[in-house]
Amino acid sequence: MFARLPDTTGARIAISIDGETVDARAGDTVAAALFAAGRGACRSTPVTGAPRGPFCMMGVCFDCMVEIDGRPNQQGCATRVAAGMRIVTQRGARAIATPDAESP
Amino acid sequence: MTVLDVAIVGAGPAGLAAATLCAAHGLSTSVYDEQDAPGGQVYRGITASPLARPEILGDDYWGGAGLILPFVRSGARYVRGASVWSVARRDDGAFALAITQGPAAARATTSVVARAVILATGALERPFPIPGWTLPGVLTAGAAQILLKTAGVVPRGQTVLAGCGPLLWLLAWQYLRAGVAVTALLDTTPHGRLAQALRHAPGFMMSPYFAKGRDLVRAVRRNVRVVEYVESLAIVGSDAATAIRYRTRDAEESLPVDQVLLHQGVVPDVNLAGAAGCALEWRDLQACFAPAVDAWGGTTVPGLFVAGDGAGIAGAEAAPALGRLSALAVANALGRIDADARQRLARTPRNALAHALRGRTFLDTLYRPAAAFRIPVGDTIACRCEEVSAATIAQLAHDGCAGPNQMKAYTRCGMGPCQGRMCGLTVTEIIAAEQRRTPADVGHYRSRFPVKPVALADLAAMPVSPEAEQAVVRAPDH
Repeated sequence: MFARLPDTTGARIAISIDGETVDARAGDTVAAALFAAGRGACRSTPVTGAPRGPFCMMGVCFDCMVEIDGRPNQQGCATRVAAGMRIVTQRGARAIATPDAESP
Repeated sequence: MTVLDVAIVGAGPAGLAAATLCAAHGLSTSVYDEQDAPGGQVYRGITASPLARPEILGDDYWGGAGLILPFVRSGARYVRGASVWSVARRDDGAFALAITQGPAAARATTSVVARAVILATGALERPFPIPGWTLPGVLTAGAAQILLKTAGVVPRGQTVLAGCGPLLWLLAWQYLRAGVAVTALLDTTPHGRLAQALRHAPGFMMSPYFAKGRDLVRAVRRNVRVVEYVESLAIVGSDAATAIRYRTRDAEESLPVDQVLLHQGVVPDVNLAGAAGCALEWRDLQACFAPAVDAWGGTTVPGLFVAGDGAGIAGAEAAPALGRLSALAVANALGRIDADARQRLARTPRNALAHALRGRTFLDTLYRPAAAFRIPVGDTIACRCEEVSAATIAQLAHDGCAGPNQMKAYTRCGMGPCQGRMCGLTVTEIIAAEQRRTPADVGHYRSRFPVKPVALADLAAMPVSPEAEQAVVRAPDH
C-alpha cells in the first residue's frame, strides 16, 4: 500500500477510479494517482488473467495499462490526470477498437 | 519538408547537454522526449517537484537543475510527450524519424528529417526475474523513486527492498529522510564480491561517488535491517504480494510484506539503436548489450550517435560529458567546426568523463548481479507480457532453438507491448546457459520499428510523404 506524504504540495483535483471519486494531485500520472488512492493493482492479463499493477513507472513495462476516458490500454504511467478523468481497471483482453469506441 | 541539422531523442542529462552544445554551434536542433518535462529518469520531476522538503532527495538530484536552464536558453527546440518510434537512414544519408506526440485524445504522428541523430534514450532497470515478480505490490526501486520524485507517494506498512546496486541504497536513504519505514533491505551482492571489487578501490576512492556512497550506506545500515549475501528470493501472494521468502547460506526466512521494491542495476535501452541498424555488443562486466560506439558515441551507422547510459552504463555524472562529445562530433561532421577545434573543445568533457568514470569498474564488479538472479528457472516468468516461463525457454533452447529471434516465433516471448525490454537479457542468458554458449554468441532480439506500440489509427493519419514511407519500411540489416 502506498500513500501520499501529507506535506506534498500542489492542487487537488477529483478523478474517478472504477466509478469511485478520489482525489489526485494535478500533475500526477494516472499510475501515481492509483497508488496515492491505495490501489496497487490495475488490470488482469489477456494471457492467463493474472493480476498486475504498475511496475516500472517509466513507460517501459506496459503493466499499468488501464482504460482512460473510454480508451482502453492506455499507459497509466505516461498519462497525466485531468479533472473529471474516468479511469477503469481492465480484466483480460480488450475488444478490438471500433471507430465508435474511439470517440465515446 | 524542412531538414533539421540534428534530432536528439531523450531529454535526460546526456540529451540536454548534447542539445545545448549543438545549438551553441548554430545547429538547428530538436529534442524529442517521452516525458512532459526535461530531466530524464534520474532528474525526473526536477522542474516541478511536489515535495515540501526537497532535501529528501539529496544534493545529487538537485545538481541536475544545472542542465535545465542552459538548455532552455540554448535555442534548441524541445518537443515533450513525444515518442520516437522509427529512425531510418535514407539513401542520401539523412534520417527520417517517425514521432507520435500528445495525449491519446489529441495524438499526432509526424515525420521529421534530420542530418544527424543523437540517441540519448538512457537506461532501464535490469529485469529481476524471481518467483512472484509479476504480482501487484512488486515494483522496481526506480518506479518507487519516480513515485516519490513526481508525486510525493511513498510506501506504507511493511516494505522490503531487495537486490543490489547504488539505487537500492539511495532509495532506502531517501525514505529514511522522508520518514518512511523500511522493514528490511535484502542485499543480493554475492560473497567474495567486495574482495574482487576492492582491487579497483583506488579508482573508486578518488571517485565522486566514494564519500557520498559510504555515508549513505552507513546511514541506511544504522536505521534499516540489512540482510547480506541473500542467495535466493521468492515473492508469495495470489492477488498481490503478501510475503517475501529469502535464503542465505545459513538462514531462511519469510517476511510479511505490503510491497517489495526490486533493483539490480540498470542496463541500456537498446531497442531504438538496434532497430536503426546499429551493431550491438555484449559487455560482460555489465552483463548487458550496448551499441558499439567510438570515442564520440558514433555507432556503426554513419551520422547516428548514442550518448549517455544508452551506450553502456556510465552514470548521470558522465552523461553530460558524453552528450557534449557527441555534439562536437556532429558539429564537426556537419562542417561547423574543424577536426582541430573538435579535439580542442573535447578536452573539457573528456576530463569530466574521466573523473566521472573513476570507480565505475569498482561499482560494476561489486554489483554485477549473481547468475541466480539473472537466469531464472522453472515456472518463474521470463517474459512478463506473454507470460512465458523460464522452463519453456530453457526446454526449447535445449531442443535446439537457434536463438532469441526463433524463440519469439516459438513462444511469443518479447512480442508483447514492452517489445522485449523486460525479457531480452533474460532470454539471451537462459539460451546461453542451456546451450553452453556466450551471450555474445547468442545475441539479442532483433528489434524492429515501431519500437513503441502505435495505434493503427495513428499510422493511418500520418501525412503521406516519401519521408513517411521511408520511416515505416524495414531498415536494411547491417
